[in-house]
Amino acid sequence: MDRSKIRNFCIIAHIDHGKSTLADRIIQMTGLLTEREMQEQVLDNMDLERERGITIKAQTVRTVYKADDGEEYIFNLIDTPGHVDFNYEVSRSLAACDGAVLVVDATQGVEAQTMGNVYLALDHNLEIISVINKVDLPSARPEEVAQEIEEVIGIEALDAPRISAKTGLNVRAVLEDIVHKLPAPAGSPDEPLKALIFDSLYDSYRGVIVFCRVMDGAMKKGTRVRMMATGAEFDVVEVGYFGPGRFIPCEELTAGEVGYMTASIKEIRDSRVGDTITEAARPCAEALPGYKEPQSMVYCGIYPADSQRYPDLRDALEKLQLNDAALQYEPENSLALGFGFRCGFLGLLHLDVITQRLEREYDLDLITTAPSVIYKIHKTDGTVIDLTNPSNLPDPAEIEYMEEPYVRASVMVTTEYIGAIMTLCQERRGIYEGTDYIEASRAVLTYRMPLNEIIYDFFDALKSRSRGYASFDYEPIGYERSELVKLDILVNHEAVDALSFIVFAPSAYERGSKMCEKLKKEIPRQLFDIPIQAAIGSKIIARETVRQLRKDVLAKCYGGDISRKRKLLEKQKEGKKKMRQIGNVEVPKDAFLNVLKLGEED
Amino acid sequence: MEPLGLYIHIPFCVRKCKYCDFLSAPADEETMRAYTRALTREIRQRARQMRGELFQKYPVDTIFFGGGTPTALPADCLSSILNTAYEGFDVLPDAEITCEMNPGTFVEDAACRSEEEGRRKAKRSDLDQELLHFLTQSVNRVSIGLQSVHDRELSTLGRIHSFQDFQACFAALRRFGAKNISVDLMFGLPGQTPAGWEESLRTVAELSPEHISAYGLILEESTPFFSMEERGVFTGELSLPDEETERQMYRAAGRILSDYGFRRYEISNYAKPGFESRHNGRYWQRRPYLGFGLGAASFFDHRRWRNTRSLETYLSVLEEEPCRSFGQAGNSERQTVRKTSFEDKKATQRKKDLEKEPLSVEALEREAERLSEKAEMEEFMFLGLRMDRGISETAFARAFGKPITAVYGEVLSRLEAGGLLRPRKEDNTGCWSLTDRGLDISNRVLAEFLLT
Repeated sequence: MDRSKIRNFCIIAHIDHGKSTLADRIIQMTGLLTEREMQEQVLDNMDLERERGITIKAQTVRTVYKADDGEEYIFNLIDTPGHVDFNYEVSRSLAACDGAVLVVDATQGVEAQTMGNVYLALDHNLEIISVINKVDLPSARPEEVAQEIEEVIGIEALDAPRISAKTGLNVRAVLEDIVHKLPAPAGSPDEPLKALIFDSLYDSYRGVIVFCRVMDGAMKKGTRVRMMATGAEFDVVEVGYFGPGRFIPCEELTAGEVGYMTASIKEIRDSRVGDTITEAARPCAEALPGYKEPQSMVYCGIYPADSQRYPDLRDALEKLQLNDAALQYEPENSLALGFGFRCGFLGLLHLDVITQRLEREYDLDLITTAPSVIYKIHKTDGTVIDLTNPSNLPDPAEIEYMEEPYVRASVMVTTEYIGAIMTLCQERRGIYEGTDYIEASRAVLTYRMPLNEIIYDFFDALKSRSRGYASFDYEPIGYERSELVKLDILVNHEAVDALSFIVFAPSAYERGSKMCEKLKKEIPRQLFDIPIQAAIGSKIIARETVRQLRKDVLAKCYGGDISRKRKLLEKQKEGKKKMRQIGNVEVPKDAFLNVLKLGEED
Repeated sequence: MEPLGLYIHIPFCVRKCKYCDFLSAPADEETMRAYTRALTREIRQRARQMRGELFQKYPVDTIFFGGGTPTALPADCLSSILNTAYEGFDVLPDAEITCEMNPGTFVEDAACRSEEEGRRKAKRSDLDQELLHFLTQSVNRVSIGLQSVHDRELSTLGRIHSFQDFQACFAALRRFGAKNISVDLMFGLPGQTPAGWEESLRTVAELSPEHISAYGLILEESTPFFSMEERGVFTGELSLPDEETERQMYRAAGRILSDYGFRRYEISNYAKPGFESRHNGRYWQRRPYLGFGLGAASFFDHRRWRNTRSLETYLSVLEEEPCRSFGQAGNSERQTVRKTSFEDKKATQRKKDLEKEPLSVEALEREAERLSEKAEMEEFMFLGLRMDRGISETAFARAFGKPITAVYGEVLSRLEAGGLLRPRKEDNTGCWSLTDRGLDISNRVLAEFLLT
């Protein structure tokens, strides 16, 4: 394989700026795909992704482009997830590339994630070419946007192709730019094998299919390889390329190529994204930089609404984890909700995607508890614990102090909404760091904020307060000491563990009152008054009461028709069975779910 | 042999009240007479079936004419039904024989609210002497459906009479010698105030009937009231009392009536000493009864069943020509009693079968059920606890051969701890009854005694 004829690149863009559409168009205009094979969006092959319009799991495709110079070029288009939750995956995908195509919407211009992605690409020394998309829309302002790209990001854009990925307009110019402006891969096929794992997929017949970029050396059937981080060794069964929508086996993968390998790998954790594959007999001197263990940022409890389905939930999580090394879970037990799992996610989107897949693909009804970040509890005995479940908070007397994770949040917003967004960030305990004007009418606000403040409803609040004009990106920046308390919700004086959460002390009263109010609406009146309280330790900070039932009488005698009376009583008893018993109180099975769901709204 | 009660259902009324979901509808006289013939046939057949080995008649100690409105039926029909009962059963000399009545079916000179009603009443007035005779001589207890002393409330309820009609009726009954009169009242009505309710109670108590039933209004599905509530009719002046007020009205009934010498003996029933309804009492005490007529319920020898609710079926099984007019006479707003085609088909089949063998009242039976011991225990509790004196541990042990605590120990102590039940220590008899709070939410309490 002539390395000078290979281009390994990705497309980067802010959400909805047309990344997937451009990818589709490139695939269509190059070889190896007939019209019939062309799905609407070839790269996004999970239903869920298509519905949400975002790419969750990176996938990759190899196509053949016959350029204007008459030569055939191999394009390895490496797809990257488009959300900050998957930053690590993004960075590994970028590391597999030599160049990037930056897509900017001709109407929207540069957005928060445009910048975030560009910086990431620059961190990986990628050559970047820009493309201005959606020029067919009446609101398009390509010249201004080109200017903006040059000024704000500092990359050349005046000659950037003005395209419409949707109609195909000028896409050929993009293909030519890829050939002429992006570099061919470096590396040597004679060096010891060094390949980067940038993604993987579990297949029930072949085991894990490892997606890799060969930096040096070569890999073929029979090669005994070693994963450098985990130390696991395997004999390669098959190597090949990514045809659009299918795998195409080949003889070998050599330096500069992108492809896949299988080696009867049973568990996805043996082939971790970011790890380096080398030859067991002739290992390379050192692994590629940048490998990290997947790090959960957000935790929540997931319970089956029907406790009988606990084994089904366990099986489903097991299966999902085969394909998603970032998903973590361990069994836990709640007094209120029964048996379930405490699950760790990369972020809220990841959480959302997993719960939706559980519900759709595995037909499960779930109750998810309030999402929580990981708090660091510094105990008086000098030990530090990572708290993922509020119920496990040690006795306050044993706590020296607590820390919570912070992020640096960048909000890009038109100037008229700066005031509103600053207020929002302050409400969310944001610490102002600065304002950068991109142009006269737009600025990037930077805040340090607790992650906890953005995992609930920050996106929605941002959207509504800026009428949809603000865009947002964030990166974790470590832990900071904070004044935190555990808030318990008590129903008839008994704490409902599933509803406990850690909260910034000054917000405790407001959050507690809201929870009580919501829960009150969910619990039907019973034979006695039911106090619903929010408490910090033994101190009650808010209270509502579900008043006792005053009347339920059957006054009449139906001429001795006892069966009718019995039916009425049986109906009553039947209703009772739909309740979950919390102490003396009967709580409808979906009450907690509703309360927790509502938590995302206010 | 434990004496029986006989319940005789008259499914006719002049006009359906707006809150009523009983099996009842207006009908013409032809239908009523056909029904009477069928009913007497049913009584005769069942009586024959009930005779002992020596062909002795089965003893009966209560008879109850209920409805609907029994007095919507011509008085001669009522007499012939009662006579049939006497012929077929050994009605004991001190038997309690009750007939329900509507004051609007009785009055000679009350103001007529419509021409049609006027004509009907004029026609009926000739018969009133006969009806009066039946109510005061043939039966020994009359239960009058009054509901309220306020004409506005009566009209809201869709009653066909005024309070004045009732007064005239009550006076006439007394004048002709009625010694045991019960009056029905209702509370929790749209637009009713506690003061208005207390006035109804006092006004009626002043008349000194022997018995008063005070029912809380229940909005039953498939009644006009139910849909009126759904449509939001009951607002403003017609607001329904809230739960707290409704309970206040309930307690007012107990308090005021006791001032007049009435004692509550069941959730909704109050009587002067010795005038408790013996017939209704047997429902709560699970003493046997046979129900005759459309939809009537029976309980005998660990079995419960009810008759068909289809008039057509009922008449055809008992060899009467089905009548078309049922539910269409009068100014009925709607018709509740009507055949169900399923029951019809079954009945036609049965009738064919019956042509080959002697006619049997069993062809009328629906939802027949032999009670398991478990079901009987449940009934013992949820029926017995409706009575003020409650249930007796001794009686339970006698009936089921095991102590009550073996079955309901946990429930009893839980409900006692919750202040819903109390052991009647003062009687020293091991009795349990509902507390005041337990009465307020009796459905919840009674449902606790279902064993599955």
